[in-house]
Amino acid sequence: MGKVWKFGDDIDTDVIIPARYLNNSDPKHLASHCMEDADPSFAANVKPGDIIVGGKNFGCGSSREHAPIAIKAAGVKAVIAESYARIFYRNSLNIGLPILECPEAVRGIESGDIVEVDLEKGLIMNKSKETSFQARPFPKFMQDLIKAGGLISYIKEKRSNA
Amino acid sequence: MGMTISEKILAAHAGLDKVEPGEIINAKLDLVLANDVTGPVAIKEFNKLGIDKVFDPEKIALVADHFTPNKDIASAEQSKILRNFAKAQNIKYYWDTGRVGIEHCLLPEQGVVLPGDLIIGADSHTCTYGALGAFATGVGSTDCAAGMATGEAWFRVPETLKFVFRGTDFQPWVSGKDLILYIIAQIGVDGARYKAMEFAGDGIRSLSMDNRLTICNMAIEAGAKTGIIEPDEITIEYVKSRAKREYKIYKSDPDACYEKVYEFQAKDIPLQVAFPHLPENSKSVDEASGIKIDQVVIGSCTNGRLEDLKIAASILKGKKIHPEVRCIVFPGTQEIYLEALRNGWIEAMIEAGAAVSTPTCGPCLGGHMGILAKGERALSTTNRNFVGRMGHPESEVYLCNPAVAAASAIKGEIVHPREVVNNG
Repeated sequence: MGKVWKFGDDIDTDVIIPARYLNNSDPKHLASHCMEDADPSFAANVKPGDIIVGGKNFGCGSSREHAPIAIKAAGVKAVIAESYARIFYRNSLNIGLPILECPEAVRGIESGDIVEVDLEKGLIMNKSKETSFQARPFPKFMQDLIKAGGLISYIKEKRSNA
Repeated sequence: MGMTISEKILAAHAGLDKVEPGEIINAKLDLVLANDVTGPVAIKEFNKLGIDKVFDPEKIALVADHFTPNKDIASAEQSKILRNFAKAQNIKYYWDTGRVGIEHCLLPEQGVVLPGDLIIGADSHTCTYGALGAFATGVGSTDCAAGMATGEAWFRVPETLKFVFRGTDFQPWVSGKDLILYIIAQIGVDGARYKAMEFAGDGIRSLSMDNRLTICNMAIEAGAKTGIIEPDEITIEYVKSRAKREYKIYKSDPDACYEKVYEFQAKDIPLQVAFPHLPENSKSVDEASGIKIDQVVIGSCTNGRLEDLKIAASILKGKKIHPEVRCIVFPGTQEIYLEALRNGWIEAMIEAGAAVSTPTCGPCLGGHMGILAKGERALSTTNRNFVGRMGHPESEVYLCNPAVAAASAIKGEIVHPREVVNNG
């Protein structure tokens, strides 16, 4: 359960993590500048378990994996948006950041709302408004991949279990 | 039902006779690319896999172009990771300061990417190589690491949108940049999300390779997986002296299936200027006329090629850049730089008052070599005008082609080149 930080349409990767901070790929460093150009108060105030809600085409622009890494390292539990840019979508899952597509939830959630996400069921519950929304749940392998912390760790786990 | 050029390349690399949009395939890669920003993250992931060697040291390109020449200690450390990995893995295509160019100018120029190739790159503008008739798409560092380890990647076969330009009677000064900005204004920054954009028609076939590379470069700005153009005699002329290996020409079948076909008349496309803060805010240059500018940037993987510098130099020659404008020119590669120098274009630009930089991605992404202060406004031939893209979050970036950029640098405000060049 966490507090919602809501942003608009076409949130690009330059806004999620500006290139001026890409000279260092340490996740903690990236987290300390996450969303800086959209909301300079975000990095200092975001709490573990908080949730980002965005509009359409979230994560457009650069292929920098630093963008989902920054969000994840900031403690954000999940991103919910109307739609995602292709590279950002793939990068997020590859590093183990759960991101859900659910236009109804985006319309029904405001900044500051308290929201809980059940990744297994794809269920998004707005505790502040006592409403809930159904996103498409991730298939089992993707849930395992997210739990493992991303694609590379998932492959390693599978190899060591084989 | 026939196949598009994109479907044919994907099918061939997956060992299949036929693929259809929506199908998920696993395919063999001809090249995996990374740079000094995305490479170190990919290398970290690669090392976690516990694999000793990359799949093929001749099919990986590592290009230290973003924060080079290194702007600070942190970026020097990043470059060092890339350099050490390239050395340890005996990577054939590795370039560092003094030899390096902007990756998407460099790889086509050096014949490293060729028609028919399937390429992934940890840089969103990897789609540039579609101008050669290759299928090339941007990925993140983890996918890049997996590609370096296995030489394979999985793809969802994209639907294709076709953009046909009829006629070759483009308005004066109109270039590839104007065509792609015009398209993005029509369909929006997510108008081609997950899809392939195929550019066709006699209008496209009349364009030089430099212009075609500019068009495909910005397919990502409409959210596309790739931009692609069927190879023709102009493509073959470009690659034949550069290719050091076999390549294959693919063309779309006449009965290939497109999700949608857009048709434009060449003569209808005006010079474009994209307003802050999205490339889709593109309008005709006349609508931007008179907007004061503090900085002009000419270069990048979008417009840092020889023809771009030629046009800019021809406008700047014998004139002076406005006293309140800083004009920064950054050629795409060392070869382009040298050729421009030999042709007297660099001299003309320096005499006009421009700063000419070594090839780097620096200013385009607000990395270094030309950062904007609060409230400043740049007119740039680069590809993105997002909030804070070139510096302070309260600075502004307008996008245009090199002719508009050069003419505006002289006037100190956005102008149509005809305002500066009498015979335009």
